[in-house]
Amino acid sequence: MSPRESGEALVHAEIKAASAVRRINFAQLASMREAGLIVIILALCIAMSFASPHFLTWGNFRAMLMSFSIEGIVVVGMTILLIVGGIDLSVGSVVCFSMVVSGALFLAGLDPWTASLIGIGVSALIGAAMGFFVTVIGLNHFITSLAAMVIVRGMCLVVTKGTPLSLFTLPPAFKAIGQGSFNNIPYVILIFVVVVAIFDFLLRRATAFRKVFYTGSNEKAAQFSGIRTNQVKFWVTVLCSTLAGLAGVIYMARFGAATPTFGAGIELNIIAAAVIGGASLNGGSGTIFGAILGMALLSVVTSSLILLDVSVYWQDMIKGCILLAAVSIDHFLHRKKS
Amino acid sequence: MTQAPILEIRGLSKAFGAVKALSDVQFELRRGEIHALCGENGAGKSTLMNMIAGVLQPDEGDILIDGERISIHSPAAAQRLGIALVHQEIALCQDATVAENIYMAAINSRRAPLMNFQKLYADAQKVMDLLAPIPVRTRVADLSISNQQLVEIAKALTLDCKVLMLDEPTAALTESEAQRLFSIVRGLRERGISVVYISHRMAEIFSLCDRVTVFRDGRYVATDQVAAVSPDDVVRKMVGREITQLYPDKLAPQEPGRLLLSVEGLSDGRRFADVDLQLRAGEILGIGGLIGAGRSEIAQTVCGLRPSTSGTVALDGKQLQLRSYGDAVKAGLVYLSEDRKGSGVFLDLPIAANISALDLARLTGRLGLLDRKAEDRQARELTGRLGVRMAGIDAVVSTLSGGNQQKVAIARQLSVDPKVIIMDEPTRGIDVGAKVEIHRLLRQLAGSGVGVIVISSELPELIGLCDRVLVVREGRIAGELSASELGEEAIIMLASGVHNSSTQRQAQNVA
Repeated sequence: MSPRESGEALVHAEIKAASAVRRINFAQLASMREAGLIVIILALCIAMSFASPHFLTWGNFRAMLMSFSIEGIVVVGMTILLIVGGIDLSVGSVVCFSMVVSGALFLAGLDPWTASLIGIGVSALIGAAMGFFVTVIGLNHFITSLAAMVIVRGMCLVVTKGTPLSLFTLPPAFKAIGQGSFNNIPYVILIFVVVVAIFDFLLRRATAFRKVFYTGSNEKAAQFSGIRTNQVKFWVTVLCSTLAGLAGVIYMARFGAATPTFGAGIELNIIAAAVIGGASLNGGSGTIFGAILGMALLSVVTSSLILLDVSVYWQDMIKGCILLAAVSIDHFLHRKKS
Repeated sequence: MTQAPILEIRGLSKAFGAVKALSDVQFELRRGEIHALCGENGAGKSTLMNMIAGVLQPDEGDILIDGERISIHSPAAAQRLGIALVHQEIALCQDATVAENIYMAAINSRRAPLMNFQKLYADAQKVMDLLAPIPVRTRVADLSISNQQLVEIAKALTLDCKVLMLDEPTAALTESEAQRLFSIVRGLRERGISVVYISHRMAEIFSLCDRVTVFRDGRYVATDQVAAVSPDDVVRKMVGREITQLYPDKLAPQEPGRLLLSVEGLSDGRRFADVDLQLRAGEILGIGGLIGAGRSEIAQTVCGLRPSTSGTVALDGKQLQLRSYGDAVKAGLVYLSEDRKGSGVFLDLPIAANISALDLARLTGRLGLLDRKAEDRQARELTGRLGVRMAGIDAVVSTLSGGNQQKVAIARQLSVDPKVIIMDEPTRGIDVGAKVEIHRLLRQLAGSGVGVIVISSELPELIGLCDRVLVVREGRIAGELSASELGEEAIIMLASGVHNSSTQRQAQNVA
C-alpha cells in the first residue's frame, strides 16, 4: 500500500506517468511513415527488377514519373485540403473543365497562354464557390464537392457539346510544356518537382500554412486562438481547385486534345495517395512528401501489374486493398498513440 | 435495525496508469435508504459509481449484490442487475426526441422490428410528468441544460431498478426543480429502492439523506447516520485538512491597484444582459453561478469571441473596439476555454505548436516564414516556467496528463504577455497536485500585475482562490461577494436566487 496520497505524492506519481509515456511525437510519426513507404517502394522495385527486365529501365521510370507527375500536382492541393479537415471530390471534373475551357477558348481564337490562364482562373472560381458553400452556408466539404463534381462534369459536356476538342493546332511552344524536355528531363516532371518543393516548404515553414494544421487539428481551439478558420478553409479550397486547373492545362498541352470525360475517377486515386502518405481524413495531419510517396507507390504497383501482365480487372482491386491496408495501419498507430 | 445491504463494496481498488483513483475502499447500501456519498473532486466518487454501473472494472476487491459476489462487466449487465446511474455529465442523443432518449435502453432490447411510437410517447410522457411537464416529442437539443438533466433522471426512472445512483443531479437545476426531484427520490425510497446520492451541497444531504459516506483522495474515511453528525463534521472529513492550506494567500484588504478592465452594460441580446464588471490589478476576480447561467458567454463576449448588442469594454482605461478575438489578443485580453479537449488544446499537435497558436505574428519572420528557433525558445521558456512535465517540446499534447495539458493551454495564453487573462474552469478535471500549482501560478500572475478572472463551478475554488466573486444568475450579475462575505451558502443563495424569487422570474422572462 502506498503512503497517504497528499497533493505532493500525486505530483510525484504524475512525474512518473509523464516519463513513462512513450516518446512518440508528431514529426517522428510522420517520418516513420515516410521511411516505411520508401522501404516498401524500393522493395517493390527490387523485386520487380528480377521479375521483369523492362522494369529497371529509364524508359519505364520516365513513363511512371510522367504518369503521376500531373496528378501529383493535384495531390499537393488535396493533401493541404485534407489537413484542414476538408476533401474535394470534384478535382477530376475541375481538371477536365480547365482543359476544355482553355481548349475551347483557343479554338475560338485566343492565344493558348491566355486561354490557359483563364482556364486556371475559372478553376479557382469553382473552388471559391465551393468555399462559399462550405464557410458561409455551412455545408460540409464532402457534399459540396460531390455536387460540384457532377455539376462541373456537366459543364464540360455543355462546353464541348459532348465531343472531344481536337487541338493539334496548338503552337509547338505551348505543346512543349506537356511533351518537351530539358536535358532529357520532361518539363512535366520539372513543373511537378517545383510545385511539390514549393508547397512542401511552405507547409512546413510558412505561418499561413501553420494555420491550416491548427484549423484541421481542432477548429474550435483554433477559433479560441483568434484564427479565422473560415478564411483558412476557404483559401485552401480555392488552392486545391486552382492546382487542379493547372494540372488540366498541362494535360491539354500533353495530349493536344480536350476530352469532356477526361479525369473521371482520378479523385479517388488522388485521395488514396494522400491518405497512404499519412494525411488523415479527420484533418490535422499529413505531409506533401508523404502524399507523393503514396502516389509513387500506387504508380509502381500499377506499372508492375502491367509488366506482369495482370488483367486490368484485377488492378483496381489490388489498389483498393493497398489503400485499406494503409488506412488500417494508420488507425492502429493512432489508437496506440492515445 | 437488521437490514441486509443490497449493495456492498469490499476492498475495492482502481488505478489509472500511475495514479490510484481508489485504494481499498468500502461502501454499504441498505435496502430503501438514501445514502449520500461525499468527497472533493478527485476523491474517487465517480470512479466508484462507474465501477458499480459496469463502465469501469475494478483492479481488486469485490462487489456484492444481496450478499452475493458478482462481477459487473458492462453497463448492460448492471442494468440487468437493477442498477441505474445518472451521470454528472449529460449523455443524451441530441438529435433524438425526449421520448426516444428516455426509452433508449428499452428500445435497444426490444424484439419487435418496428417502433410503436404511440405507446413510446404515452409512456415517456407519464414518466416525464413526474418530474416536469416537458413535451416528450421535443428534440433534446432544443431543451435547456436543466431540462436535459431532468430527462437524464427520467431515463433512469424508467429502468426497473433496485439501486439508483445520482451523480450531482442538482448541479444544473433551479431550486424548485431540485425540490421536485427530492420528493421523487423520497417516493422511490418508500417503494424500497435504494439511492446513492452524490452531492457537494450539505443542505441537500442533510435534508434528504439517511446516511453519509465520505471519501478522501481515493480512500474511505467514514460512514455516519446523517442525524448523528453536523455539516461541519462532514466537511472536515472530506477535506482532512484546513481548506486554506490548499490555496495561496490572498491579497490584504485595500490592496488592489489601478483599474485594469472595466465592462459596462454589456448585453448580447440573448443569453445575458446589463453586465457590469471591474477588475483591478493584483486581484483575482471569481465568477460563479450555475452551469448555463451565462458565465462563459459573458467572458467570451468581453473578449470578442461572441458579438455583443450593447455595452462597452475598456482595458487599461482605453475603450476597445473588438471586431474579433484577434483584436482582443492584440490588446492583451485573452480567454482560456472551459472545454480543454474540445477547444483548449490541439491534442495531435506538438507542445511548441500549441503554445505559439495564439500569436503567430510575433514568431513570423521575413517572407511570412515561421521562426522555428524562436518558437522552440518560447516553448522551452514557458513550459519551464509553468513546470510542464513532458518528454520534450516536440511531444504531442495528447501524451500529457490532464493537468499538464492545461498548463500548455495556459502557456499559450501567457505567450502574448497578456494584461488580463480570463480562465474558464481552469482546474476542471485535473488532479489535486496540478490544481495547487495552477492556483499558485494564478496568484503569482496577479501579483505581477496581470488581471486574472476565474470562472468556476467549484465553490471551494472560488472561496479559496478569489479575492472577490461575482455571481451570475440567468444572464445577470446577481451580486458581488467580497473576501469577508465569501462562503458556500452565500454563493449558492445568489446563484439559485432562493431569497429573491421575484427577480428570478423576471430574469427568466428576459432569458
